[in-house]
Amino acid sequence: MYAQLVDTGVKRITPLAEMSEQERTFQEKIDSEIKIEAKNWMPDAYRQTLIRQISQHAHSEIVGMLPEGNWVTRAPTLKRKLQLMAKIQDEAGHGLYLYSAMETLGADRDEEIAKLHSGRAKYSSIFNYPTLNWADMGAVGWLVDGAAIVNQVVLQRTSYGPYARAMVRICKEESFHQRQGYEILLTMMREGNQAQRDMVQDAIDRLWWPALMMFGPSDEHSPNSAQSMAWKIKRQSNDELRQRFIDQTIPQLELLGCTCPDPELKWNAERGHYDFGQIQWQEFYEVLKGNGPCNQERLETRRKAIDDGAWVRAAAVAHAQKKANKNAA
Amino acid sequence: MNPVNDLITPLLRLGDSALIQGQRLCEWCGRAPVLEEELALMNVGLDLVGQARNWLDYAAELLADGRDADHLAFRRDERAYRNLLLVEQPNGDFAVTLLKQFFYDAWHLETLKGLSQSADERMAGIAAKALKEVTYHLRRSSEWVERLGDGTEESHQRMLQAIPRLWRFTGELVEQHATEIELHRAGLRADPAQVAEAWRASVESLFARATLPVPEAPSHFYLDARRGLHTEHLGPLLAEMQFLPRAYPDAVW
Repeated sequence: MYAQLVDTGVKRITPLAEMSEQERTFQEKIDSEIKIEAKNWMPDAYRQTLIRQISQHAHSEIVGMLPEGNWVTRAPTLKRKLQLMAKIQDEAGHGLYLYSAMETLGADRDEEIAKLHSGRAKYSSIFNYPTLNWADMGAVGWLVDGAAIVNQVVLQRTSYGPYARAMVRICKEESFHQRQGYEILLTMMREGNQAQRDMVQDAIDRLWWPALMMFGPSDEHSPNSAQSMAWKIKRQSNDELRQRFIDQTIPQLELLGCTCPDPELKWNAERGHYDFGQIQWQEFYEVLKGNGPCNQERLETRRKAIDDGAWVRAAAVAHAQKKANKNAA
Repeated sequence: MNPVNDLITPLLRLGDSALIQGQRLCEWCGRAPVLEEELALMNVGLDLVGQARNWLDYAAELLADGRDADHLAFRRDERAYRNLLLVEQPNGDFAVTLLKQFFYDAWHLETLKGLSQSADERMAGIAAKALKEVTYHLRRSSEWVERLGDGTEESHQRMLQAIPRLWRFTGELVEQHATEIELHRAGLRADPAQVAEAWRASVESLFARATLPVPEAPSHFYLDARRGLHTEHLGPLLAEMQFLPRAYPDAVW
């Protein structure tokens, strides 16, 4: 998920009977699937949880431009270069939608970005992994955007209207990116040479487990999920979504002719699902804490962009002010 | 005149310039001063690489030696590239990037206007499509040059520093080359005199609004991108851009 671990700040879920009149009206609205809109009353914890989740999601879109930006100058054909540029542009656009959705909750974009840069706000753990060969551009599209879509399709029904609507628009573009990513891999596997097929398998080996981690901690270690589910911010559990992703992705992996870097992966006819091996949760928490392979570089790049650009933003403001003064005179 | 051979150099000049300018814009990815600019820089770059593909496709057809647009883009060395020296210059700060974009856009727009009337139908078609995109590029880069020139003291100073870094490469935008005058007479390209005049006019009027001084015309530079005589910046740019197709010549991507 683009927002993997969102603190709700709530220790236990309040039963309806203990709620104030206002809280009860709100919860009843949620229960009858009526969308919450910007001007509606909402509990402060609901507002804060959404600000954390949507900003984390927006930050992920922006930081997520960097692993792909690493290859945009090295894309091997004009067609692939154009596709990658279009995709990166879409991601910047998704960041914009999401910051706007977040601002309907009264949060300020610059303040939330400052939190990201000081390490107080998170972004998806997946973008802390390096992109080391061209096949990573295919694997990121297929696996990473694929995992994001499984999460985001559900979020189209999230209880907060502006967030749900942003997801509808974003999902359309993400599905396109995912197909494009898969097509990159398919071309390399079917029409490429042995070196290219090795690149594809290498990319899958490196990105498979990090992609599974995008769904967040397992349900038993997901203390904030219950409240997020009660508010219908989340609609399905981390483990349910992860299972759905694996079930739909393995046949695609087989069609590529690649293998999964999980020796325990096996179809379970009884469950009607794939069984899979243990996720390295230690690694997941370390990456989220800032100790992953690229955490420092990603944040440094983003901080530098904003710091180096301060004079540009100041100039734009000063010029707009001059123009306004001239018009007023 | 041999109409086919004579068209190749102008086509490469247009295609290579758009491609190299697009490549420079890609280097900004994730590093722009504000989110809206991430979108805009990538958007302009995308337009230009798309145009490059159209020009190079056509050049490859005329060359008819088995090479395609990708081959032209990814397998030619710097001595065979025909892009403007201006666009291969490093990005520098945002002032250098936007001033470079503006100098290029103002030249590009006039060049495409002329080409959209070309006697060569294919050329006219590609130019007409590109013209719509470049009209937007020029509006955007002009607005930024004005904002930065007439913004804060710091942004003004940065623009003053950007001008001499780029100005000497603008000579090639306005020079009157004999073969190009010939091509114009044959109805195959824009009138170089008109491009030069319009370019100067648009620099003068924008610089006035941006409170920036227009320098004297640059002196002759002793390099000529028409003959593949580039600055030292193009080689490393191509090394990065071309490494995959060079390393795996038989690969299909």
